[in-house]
Amino acid sequence: MAFMKNKGSRRSPFAAVLVMAAGLALTGGGYAAATAAVDQVKPVSAAASAAQIEEGRKLFLANCASCHGTNAEGSAAAPSLIGVGAASVDFQVSTGRMPGQASGPQLEKKKVQFTQEQIDAMSAYVASLAPGPAIPSDEAIAADGDATRGGELFRINCAMCHNAVGAGGALTEGKFAPSLKGVESRHIYEAMITGPQNMPVFNDANLTPEDKKDIITYLKFVEENPSAGGYELANLGPVVEGLFAWVFILGLIIAITIWLGAKSN
Amino acid sequence: MSNAVAAPKKGGFLAGTANYLDERVGVAGILKDFGRKVFPDHWSFMLGEVALYSFLVLLLSGTFLTFFFQPSMIPVIYEGAYGPLKGAEMSIAYASTLDISFEVRGGLLMRQVHHWSALLFVAAAGLHMLRVFFTGAFRKPREINWVVGFVLFVLGMAGGFTGYSLPDDLLSGNGLRIIDGMIKGLPVIGAYTSSLLFGGEFPGEEIVARLYGLHILLVPALILIFIVIHLFMVVIHKHTHYSGPGRKDTNVVGYPLMPVYVAKAGGFFFIVFGVIMLISATFTINPVWNYGGYDPSPVSAGTQPDWYIGWLDGALRLAPTGIETVVGGYTWAWNILLPMIVGVGFLIVVALYPFIEAWVTGDKREHHVLDRPRNAPTRTAIGAAGVVFYAVLWAGAATDLIATNFKMSLNQVLTSMQILLIIGPVIAYIITKRTCLSLQRKDREIVLHGRETGRIVRLPHGEYIEVHEPLDEYEQWKLVDFKDYAPTLARPNAAGKITLGARIRAGLSRFYFEDRIAPVTQGELDAAHHDHAPAVEEKPKKAVAAKKTAAKK
Amino acid sequence: MSNKSISSGDSREHEAEYEYGAGLAVLPADRIQDPGLEPHRVRMTDKSIKHEKNAARQVAALFFVSIFGSAFAVFAYFAFPLSEELGTVRLNTLLLGLGITLGLLGIGIGAVHWAKTLMPDAEVSEERHIARGSEEVRARAVEIIKLADSESGFSRRKLIRRSLYGALALFPLPAIMIFGDLGPNPGDTLRHTMWKKGTRLAKDPSGLPIKASDVTIGSVFQVIPEGLAELEHHKLEEKAKAAVLLVRLDPSELKESDERKSWSYDGIVAYSKICTHVGCPVALYEQHTHHLLCPCHQSTFDVTDACKVVFGPATRPLPQLPITVDAEGYLVAQSDFTEPVGPSFWER
Repeated sequence: MAFMKNKGSRRSPFAAVLVMAAGLALTGGGYAAATAAVDQVKPVSAAASAAQIEEGRKLFLANCASCHGTNAEGSAAAPSLIGVGAASVDFQVSTGRMPGQASGPQLEKKKVQFTQEQIDAMSAYVASLAPGPAIPSDEAIAADGDATRGGELFRINCAMCHNAVGAGGALTEGKFAPSLKGVESRHIYEAMITGPQNMPVFNDANLTPEDKKDIITYLKFVEENPSAGGYELANLGPVVEGLFAWVFILGLIIAITIWLGAKSN
Repeated sequence: MSNAVAAPKKGGFLAGTANYLDERVGVAGILKDFGRKVFPDHWSFMLGEVALYSFLVLLLSGTFLTFFFQPSMIPVIYEGAYGPLKGAEMSIAYASTLDISFEVRGGLLMRQVHHWSALLFVAAAGLHMLRVFFTGAFRKPREINWVVGFVLFVLGMAGGFTGYSLPDDLLSGNGLRIIDGMIKGLPVIGAYTSSLLFGGEFPGEEIVARLYGLHILLVPALILIFIVIHLFMVVIHKHTHYSGPGRKDTNVVGYPLMPVYVAKAGGFFFIVFGVIMLISATFTINPVWNYGGYDPSPVSAGTQPDWYIGWLDGALRLAPTGIETVVGGYTWAWNILLPMIVGVGFLIVVALYPFIEAWVTGDKREHHVLDRPRNAPTRTAIGAAGVVFYAVLWAGAATDLIATNFKMSLNQVLTSMQILLIIGPVIAYIITKRTCLSLQRKDREIVLHGRETGRIVRLPHGEYIEVHEPLDEYEQWKLVDFKDYAPTLARPNAAGKITLGARIRAGLSRFYFEDRIAPVTQGELDAAHHDHAPAVEEKPKKAVAAKKTAAKK
Repeated sequence: MSNKSISSGDSREHEAEYEYGAGLAVLPADRIQDPGLEPHRVRMTDKSIKHEKNAARQVAALFFVSIFGSAFAVFAYFAFPLSEELGTVRLNTLLLGLGITLGLLGIGIGAVHWAKTLMPDAEVSEERHIARGSEEVRARAVEIIKLADSESGFSRRKLIRRSLYGALALFPLPAIMIFGDLGPNPGDTLRHTMWKKGTRLAKDPSGLPIKASDVTIGSVFQVIPEGLAELEHHKLEEKAKAAVLLVRLDPSELKESDERKSWSYDGIVAYSKICTHVGCPVALYEQHTHHLLCPCHQSTFDVTDACKVVFGPATRPLPQLPITVDAEGYLVAQSDFTEPVGPSFWER
């Protein structure tokens, strides 16, 4: 194996650094162009104007207060939003999960109900109530980190629910961890820092901003690169492969055996 | 060989070679005996061939993979071609699997060929077993060959599992973790056995190399030996055939080995190989690079074994909560033992079924004409119950995927499966048996009164009838050629005692044959035709009456 | 072919060889008689020279497809090399594979088409013979066995026979024994982990220690003992036992027994991550229900209630790691786990 070296053997300490740098250039560079479009959406600046906050408050009263309370203090139907931060509002509203509609095991992604401007205003309003996680900067979510590290962190912290390549998975009582395919980097980041619904919070002490960037880099690599082996079977693992083998391969072969056994005319 | 001795060498190279071989290994005699051996033709007879050819493909692709794979669990830093793992620590086994995938031309193709054909091998073997079961091909004289085939199926599972564990990625490592947990749960010997197998504590640095030895030597060698025995017995018994005109227990009707069967079966090998190759070129299987190297802390959602182990994994999932007990300080892990007992028990019943049925029927004759499944209603119903039992366990291994894909609660899916595991087979048994009996009644109807044509005719005296078209004798034969059995009573033996065995046997024979439909006899046929001078007519009232007599046991 | 006989008469000729008991089988006297083989249906290729020629051309064309496919596969092998670009692997796999596919399917379909259209399709019949030997053969077999027995004295010489049985029973013993060194005696390794008094809780995989203040409510940390990441040997074995999940709950939500009151720190609890069922990592933590779900077999544990099993096949709760904080505010273990972690075993 020309490309492997025994851990115990002589190896330049710079080799790994070099390889990582190469990996970074390869994965990050290729991806920068793709994310540029996504990042066009301007996040709320730290210093939101009073007018924007006021606009947000109005929108909040009109659309959210019936559950979350007129002062966002929460109610039996919905949690308090004091201290959840702009990131939480941005995640919930701009993925369409909020305002919530159907009562089910969990809120699902749906059509977004507001313009980005309105979402920014509401975010600014909620952020003004108490300090909380802010919407990440373009720099924080750029997929130019270390995909190897990101992959390892993803497997340790996320894959148990979201599957090793983010295809999603089941939780208890009808809840589920959604697929991460096609989810914007900003939303991935916001989900990690705010812990929407039953997802735990991954604060900066747990996964540093750099860790989060690496995780996004890994996810984007997986999303951008089609499987080396051909069509993917939804990346759901051996169950789908088994079904495919039974239905399609064996099915095709049985069709052939029927042709083979039929008399020619 | 007298002809070889007598015939002077003439003709070209081919004749020379033939002569050379005959004088040394008697090839003429072999050709004389086997060259025109007859094989019946039916699509369902090719399922075993599919399994055989998949196995050949496994040997070919597997040999290729051994040239590149290194079964070592020594940690290395990966510096190969796959970006998101560069610089990661992993075992040599996993790194070499990645190298096969990304740095050997055709390496990934061969990995996919190997894995797809493994899935196909066990699937085709399983379907072949079902064909043999539902057509009664396991009856005398083939009971032993059924057991040989059963052993092949189990060996296929063993070969599959040992191979699944080799790449040492997160998926296979968690699979081994489960095996370790199951072994530890064995009473008395659990912890020791686990330590022996893994060379100490889990995961250790031994298991991949040990499974590799089993996977590339012991298991394939055993499979090969059993395939040889299996095919040898097929030659001895000659192949079964479906019932049809001229097909009897004393003959075999089909095409001669040379040339038709050589062309068909030989061509079929290339077709099976080609289909596997087509799928492997276009569909990803087991993308190991997605899982990362094995690490005991992470796990991926949707961690499942390959399909043929799925039913055992499902059995583990479906075990009820809290059944582990501690007796005198020792732990009985019933949550592991119960699924194992259920799994092994199921396999034992499958292996022994031919002997059970032979004992019940007491029929010592050789059977070479296959049953249509409907003509053995109880056997078919038992088979359907077994299939449902297996299928529920199998689906049990996918509870999480079923829950997410159909937007259901994981917990409810699992609980439903537990219930279904018990009542599913019973329902399947009842429905299948009733369906078989109905189909048999329909067959009787058709034989006695011909096929319904949908043509309504008004008779001169004003009555309307539907014209029935009589069968020709060849079609008719297919519907009446089946074995009929009647239940027996427990009879005293020579010593005048009714033994327990006799009682059980009588009970079972009732269970098997209490509801039965006998084949139409010539007398019944004549009577039916006699009743209605133009054989095309039938009156509905009479049909009901005939049905009633038919249903009578 | 001497055995090509199409017999249509007596279906009882089988029993003429040897009369087997029919058991419960019912053999009605007036069975409908077997009409014998169906007449052969003539194919188009047998009737028309045009069809025959067409079929021959098709077979040859299929073989040519195969030749093209194999040649293309060789071409693809060289023309589509691999690079670090993932797409090259996909392309190589696809084109090489499709080439070989054509090479194989061309031969296969061609051969079958040949057999179906151009080789004779009249079915022939061959007689079977029951497996049972004739009476003379069986008598001779018995004779041979008796002769072998008397010549060897197998039945007569009891001492030899019994000592042979003994020898045969014992000879595999060494073959079993030599597997003894496959692994060590487990000893008490299953009862101990790397955790001991004062070991800091560290993040997986970096090994950086965790402060109590880092663990906010609703967050979950994947934890290893400090020092594990630096281990030279047995890293995975230790990790497989020592992996821990750390969460912080509102202390009012925790139902703690008196004995375990001191095992948590300000609502922060640490539990073994290794499932007590068969050892998968139980890592799916639901922030609001406080349930831990195992992705392998769906055992569900309630973190608020000492990680007792609320669903699934596991029986025992996940073992709790007693924790506290050290002078610098880092979370540390008070001791090792107080019970073996992971799957059940006999003597635990």
